[in-house]
Parts: sequence; structure tokens; C-alpha cells
Amino acid sequence: MKNSLGRKVPNGYPLFEASNAFEKKKRVLISEVKTKNKDKLVNSYAEVFEKLEIKDGMTLSFHHHLRNGDQVLNACMEEVKRRDLKNLTIAASAIFPNNEILVELIKNKNVTNIYTNYLNGPVAEAISHGELEGMLIMQTHGGRARAIEAGELKIDVAFIATPAATKSGGGSGVDGKNPCGVLGYPIPDMLYAKKKVVVTDSLVDKLTITDIKHEYIDYVLKVDSIGDSKGIVSGTTQVTFDPIGLKIAKDATHLLYELGVIKDGFSMQTGAGGTSLAVASFVREKMIKEKIKGKMASGGITSYFVSMLEEGLIEEIRDVQCFDLEAIRSYKENEKHYLMSASKYANPYDNPVVNDLSFMILGATEIDLDFNVNVTTSSNGVIMGGSGGHSDAAYGAEIALVVAKTMNARIPIIKKAVTTITTPGSDIDCLVTERGIAINPKRKDLLEKLKNSKLKIVSIEELMEETYKFTREPKPLELKSKVVGLVEYRDGTIIDSLYQV
Amino acid sequence: MKGIAGTLESNDCLITVETSDKLEIIINSPVAYLYEDEIKKTILEVLKNEKQEKLKIVMEDKGALDYTIRARLIVAIRRMK
Amino acid sequence: MRRSLLFVPGDNPGMLQSAGVYNADAIIIDLEDSISLSNKDSARILVEEFLKDYKLNKEIIVRVNSFDSPYYKEDLETLVSDNIDTILLPKANLENTVKLDAILSKLESKKNLTKTIKIIPLIEQVSSLLEVEDIALLNRVDGILLGAEDLTTDMGVERTKKGYEIFYPRAKVALACINAGIEAIDTPFTDTRDFIGLEEDCHMAKGLGFKAKSAIHPNHIDIINKVYSPSKEEIVYAIQVLKMAKTSKGAFSINNKMIDKPVIERAKKTIENAKAFGLI
Repeated sequence: MKNSLGRKVPNGYPLFEASNAFEKKKRVLISEVKTKNKDKLVNSYAEVFEKLEIKDGMTLSFHHHLRNGDQVLNACMEEVKRRDLKNLTIAASAIFPNNEILVELIKNKNVTNIYTNYLNGPVAEAISHGELEGMLIMQTHGGRARAIEAGELKIDVAFIATPAATKSGGGSGVDGKNPCGVLGYPIPDMLYAKKKVVVTDSLVDKLTITDIKHEYIDYVLKVDSIGDSKGIVSGTTQVTFDPIGLKIAKDATHLLYELGVIKDGFSMQTGAGGTSLAVASFVREKMIKEKIKGKMASGGITSYFVSMLEEGLIEEIRDVQCFDLEAIRSYKENEKHYLMSASKYANPYDNPVVNDLSFMILGATEIDLDFNVNVTTSSNGVIMGGSGGHSDAAYGAEIALVVAKTMNARIPIIKKAVTTITTPGSDIDCLVTERGIAINPKRKDLLEKLKNSKLKIVSIEELMEETYKFTREPKPLELKSKVVGLVEYRDGTIIDSLYQV
Repeated sequence: MKGIAGTLESNDCLITVETSDKLEIIINSPVAYLYEDEIKKTILEVLKNEKQEKLKIVMEDKGALDYTIRARLIVAIRRMK
Repeated sequence: MRRSLLFVPGDNPGMLQSAGVYNADAIIIDLEDSISLSNKDSARILVEEFLKDYKLNKEIIVRVNSFDSPYYKEDLETLVSDNIDTILLPKANLENTVKLDAILSKLESKKNLTKTIKIIPLIEQVSSLLEVEDIALLNRVDGILLGAEDLTTDMGVERTKKGYEIFYPRAKVALACINAGIEAIDTPFTDTRDFIGLEEDCHMAKGLGFKAKSAIHPNHIDIINKVYSPSKEEIVYAIQVLKMAKTSKGAFSINNKMIDKPVIERAKKTIENAKAFGLI
């Protein structure tokens, strides 16, 4: 069957219709699950597995706040391997290269289904090569929260890596020896999973801030280490020095200013990539120069937004995940630096913060003539990412602006059709490249505002032709017909399929 | 006789040519799945212009565009000693 | 008309193919100092093939190797074509600039060029600095680039960020160019990350009569363009001056300042520049 974007979807799955189709349905909420357990402290993964009777076919969930330094998912998988449990479903908000142990478990059919929002490294490659017996479901950050609260994604046990916890199960991401900052992603797991385990390497008597509430937590597992702090946060995140990235960022900032969205009371989100950060820093300069005061910055937070908060350029930060040490410090100290759960961030039914965004800076590995964006697969079809909050913010933001280089070592970014649709083109408003800016023709209002602009505004077709003068037109990619995964849009419908390479 | 030109930096390619009793073209490229035919076409065009028929050509590609492939191959041929 | 000229090493495909995206008014493709002796041939051919495929809609300047090297003849033979606009001649002096003019004339007729190739002499030796007034007046010469790194070495003085040591060389080059009616182009600022220092350096040279500056990093271009373009206030003032000049008979004043012929001439020049750089 084909969905409204013409992408093939296996029979039995709901078809993507439109990005606003969720409005036609009502929010579904299962009951929150609190614990009655009082004696929570356990000392080994084995003990937790015994006590919770973790068995074949269950669904275990994890979050990715420890990113490429995480050792909790890995340690759980070691335990799964020892017990040779089969047919497990792993629901991890993201999977990074250091979770390589999953490859072996996938091959041995210990793990047969995976839900995740972002997937990169050896596990991604193994799944692209057809190793996973069941299905990979690539969700969005908001979509995962929605699926959990609606009981579509049923979690038997949530393992919540927590840098510091009390014996009764309260948890914080800012204390302890491996701080990661705000714990926004595991909140839906904490509320709705059948059983919850806080995993920590720092037992404390008091927490600076309590992100994880003890009444939901069944067990507190004390381990030697939850992760390697070097892989968790960077000391500082930095603006790119790459001149092409800087040019794109500068033009993007001019564009936003000309479109009138950088004005008093505006709200924004940028990623933590070098070009996105450069946009944040140019926006800051513009705000200072034009004496503009913004309302809010949201998303994954870096030192750039922290300094804007401290300089009084914005009123508040809505933080789902800290990217550097400055962000952690600010969350600890500043009462205007708030946690937002994955649901409050991006769940379409939770009046999410993404809906308040004046603009969102997005990346793209590919973008097509309909403005559909791929951030899930690389141009050879291998999985190397995922939506994360991409499609959530693209829908919510008044201006969803993609920054991208037109080519990367001969691989053109603009294609007639993207390999995989992560985010529908209907939600993408502007593409800023080093060779020009394309506006989605659906946004006639934006084109009207830019009538007298000195910026180089061209059609996306012209940009593609200009790029092909350098790269030439690529040959269409041939993928196998076996579906290894599905890209699930935030409302739970399937926007595209992932094929074996 | 052997000639080498180019580098292994991004957007470049390293081309080695050697005299041989037949034409042999080996392309190692990260973009082969999209551009192998284009690359081969470009190489054959240069060989024709440079009047070369029997060579062993090894190209280690890092995403070079046509002009770079042409330039590196021309120089590699002229450097053959 | 130039404000900014971006140096790009001739043997680097990544930099060549992105050179056109910045706001530089001219691209200087380098075959000289940034290219090792063993790669002079490969840079030359790479640039030739590059220019066959791409028109950058900017002035294309090629810095060939100097006349005391064995490479310049082949550089010129290969690259003088309708695809380029200007030759930047390193270690230029009166004698070799005259010689280059003759070579270009021959090549232009041999290759049936439809345009006249210009010359920018690069002044980087004390002896040539002392004859710069004459060099500036030579045929084809339409700008002079000051090369402060080599020049200060030749002077035997330290090259500093403040640049007091090149105060006189800058003034001399600027005056020679103004006298000849051509553009004085400033030496690049070599600290790629010091944007405040760059801006100060631009103002210093502009104050002496420079009209443009070369850059060794694309991130310098926007600041150079900003300093060397007429400012918004200058443009508004110039428009006002020209408007009043049209309607008034004889001398008049704006904000208690007498407006006479030199002021009107300067206003005309400001508007001309603003138009050329797409500012109005």
C-alpha cells in the first residue's frame, strides 16, 4: 500500500496522511503506574532481572541522555545475553555507536524488535543489512511519548540511567559523578512503564533537583558506573569555523530577520551542530544590535542559549537535554531554566513547546523537490540517524528552516526524491544553502515578504540544477525489496519504509 | 613507467597510472554507487585526448568532481617516467 | 571595482569549487607560494580544467609563479585565456611588469582572446616599492597589491599586527595608485580568527587611500566588504549632497558645512561605488 506521499508501506500498518491528521483523533491516555514497593535498593542487574522476572518477549526501555558514554543499556544487554532471553523488544530513545553489543544480540535473536528515535553506528548498519528478525520502528521524540501514553508502545521494564538517586528512587541528572543534565526523555517511561528501575552510580541523601519522582520507581539499582562522562557531554559546544557553514548561518539569520520572526517575544530552537550553533550566535548578535528581547529557547541546550538567558536576551529555557557542562550548570542554578519532558516538548496531543517556536533550525542529509527531508538514511540507504525531534519541531515551528551544504564530496543534498522521508515537505518552509535560498512555494506569504530581498532567493529546482553542474545527476539508488524498518510519523502512521541494502 | 597525481583529501582523488599491455581501470570510490559510470566516462575521455590506450589506472577517490579527475589523470600520465 | 580579493590555493579542489560562494569581488587563484615545487604542474592543470567547467561571475585573477622561477612561462601559456581576467605578478618590478605586458600581448593574439588581460603587480621588494609610481602607470596595470610579509622580510624588520612598519609602504603604494587612477589593494591580514584586529587593519589602510584588501581566509570577506563599502550614512549624505547640488546655484551648506566641488565629486564617487556593489 502507498501513503499520501506515495511511499510504500507494508500491509497492516496505518498510512501517513498529513502532518495535521492527528487533530482528527482524540488523545488516548492510559493510567500512570505508581509503585507500592518500599524496599527498593538492589545491587546487581541479575537481582533486578530476578525480582522483575524479566523473560522472553518482554519490552525493555532506555533513554539516551548518556549518549555515546552510556553503559546502562550495554550492561542490561550483557545480562540478557547471560540469561539467553529471546525475542525481546528494545525501546531506546536513541542508540549510539557504543551500544554495539546489540549487534550480537540481534544476530542471536535475543533482541528481535527495536523502537528508537535515532540510530547510528554498528547497530544501524547491522539492521540495514537485514539482521533484525522483527521490525525496527523509527519514531520521533514526540511520537514516542505519544505511543507510550496511549499504550501503543507497552513497556514492561524501563531502565532509567540516573546520575544521582536516593534510596527511595528519586533521581537527578545534575548531581553525581557522571552528570548529564536534564532528564527529559525518560519521563513518559517513568509515568507509564509497568515497572521502573532507576540505575545509578551515585546514591545520595538529597538531590539538587528531582527530575525522576520516587513514587513511580520500583527499584534502585546501584552500580559502579552508569557511563563514561567523556561520551556524555562535551566540555563546550562550538560554533563552526568552516566558512561555508558560517555563510549558511549568516544568510539564515538574515533571512529570519527579513521574514520578521526575530522580533520581541520570539522563541527558537536550534540543534547543537556547528552550523546551527552559528545561527544561534548570529541571532544573538542581531538581538543585541537591534535591542530585541526573545521569549524562549528550547530543545537540546548548549552554552549559547545559557549565555543568552544570563544576558537577559531571552526569558526562559525549556530544556529536554543538556549538550554541555554550561547547560548543566544553568539548569542547576537558574530557575528560568526548566525541564521539559519528551511529551511536553513534542507530543502532538500535549500542547507541546514546539508549537510555540517562531523558528526551528533543522539539518538534512537529503531534501527533495517537494521539500521532504531525510535525516534517517544516508544516500546509500544505510540508516545513520533518525528524526529525533526533527518532524515534531518542523510541524510546530512557524518557520522550519533547513540549513545544508549543496554537496558533500560529490554527493548532492537536493534530490528529485529523497531515499527516505523523515519529515514531510509540507512542514519545511525554507532551505538555506551556500549557493542560495529556496522557499517552499506553499509559503506564498514568505515569498511575498522577500519580494525585495537582496538575498539570493531561487527555486529548489534551480538549486538542484546548480548543484548538478558540479556533481552531475546521481544514478538512482537500487535497494533490496526487504523492509527492515519503518519510519513512524509522530501521530503513529507510517511515513516511509526502510529497506535492506 | 609510472605516474602519480592528486591527494587523498576530501573532494580530491589520487590517480596512479602504469604502462600495461592492456587497458585496465580500477575505481575505488565512496560514491561509486551513484557515479561509477560518470567517473569511467570521464577517464575514457581523457585517455582519448591524451592518446593513451594501454594503461593500468588506479583511482582512489574522495569525491572528486569531473574537472579534478581529468586534471589528476592528465598530470599522472604526463608524469610517467 | 573590487573591495575584497580572496586567495585560493590552486591545487585544492575543495577550496576551488567553493571559492565562488563567498561575497569576494575577485578570486586570486594561487600557483605560487601556496603550491609546493613538486606540484606546480598539477596545480596548473587543475586550475585549467576547473576554469573550463565553471564561470564564477567574479573577476578571476591568477597568481603565476615569479619571473625568477622556471614555471611562469608554462603558467602563462596554459592559463591565459578568456576564462581569466587578470594576472597577479609576484615580485613585480618595472622591468618584469613591462615584460609581462609584452608576453600577454603575444598570447592574446596567438590565442585569439576576446578580452585584454589586466595586470596586478605584487609589490613585495624594497627596490620595487621605490619605483611603484612608475609601475602604477604601466600599460594593463589596473591595481597594485602590497605584499607586506615578503616586503618586511626584505626590509629586515619585524612584521607586527599593528603594522606601523608598513605605514610608509602603504602610503606610498596608495598615492602611486591614486595618481594613476587605479586601485590600491592591501596585504592580507594573517590572523584568521582575529576579526577585531582585521577590522582595525582595514580602517588603517582605507584611511591611507586603499580601495580593497586581499584575504587568505573566506571568513575575512564580509568584514573587508563592510569597511570598503560606503556606509548607509555616507550613501544617504551623498544622495542629499547631489540633490541639493542640482537645485542650488553656487555654493550651499548642509548642517552648517560648506559644500563645494570636491565634496560633490566625492558624493558622486560614493553613489557610483554603492551602485557597483549592489548597495542601492
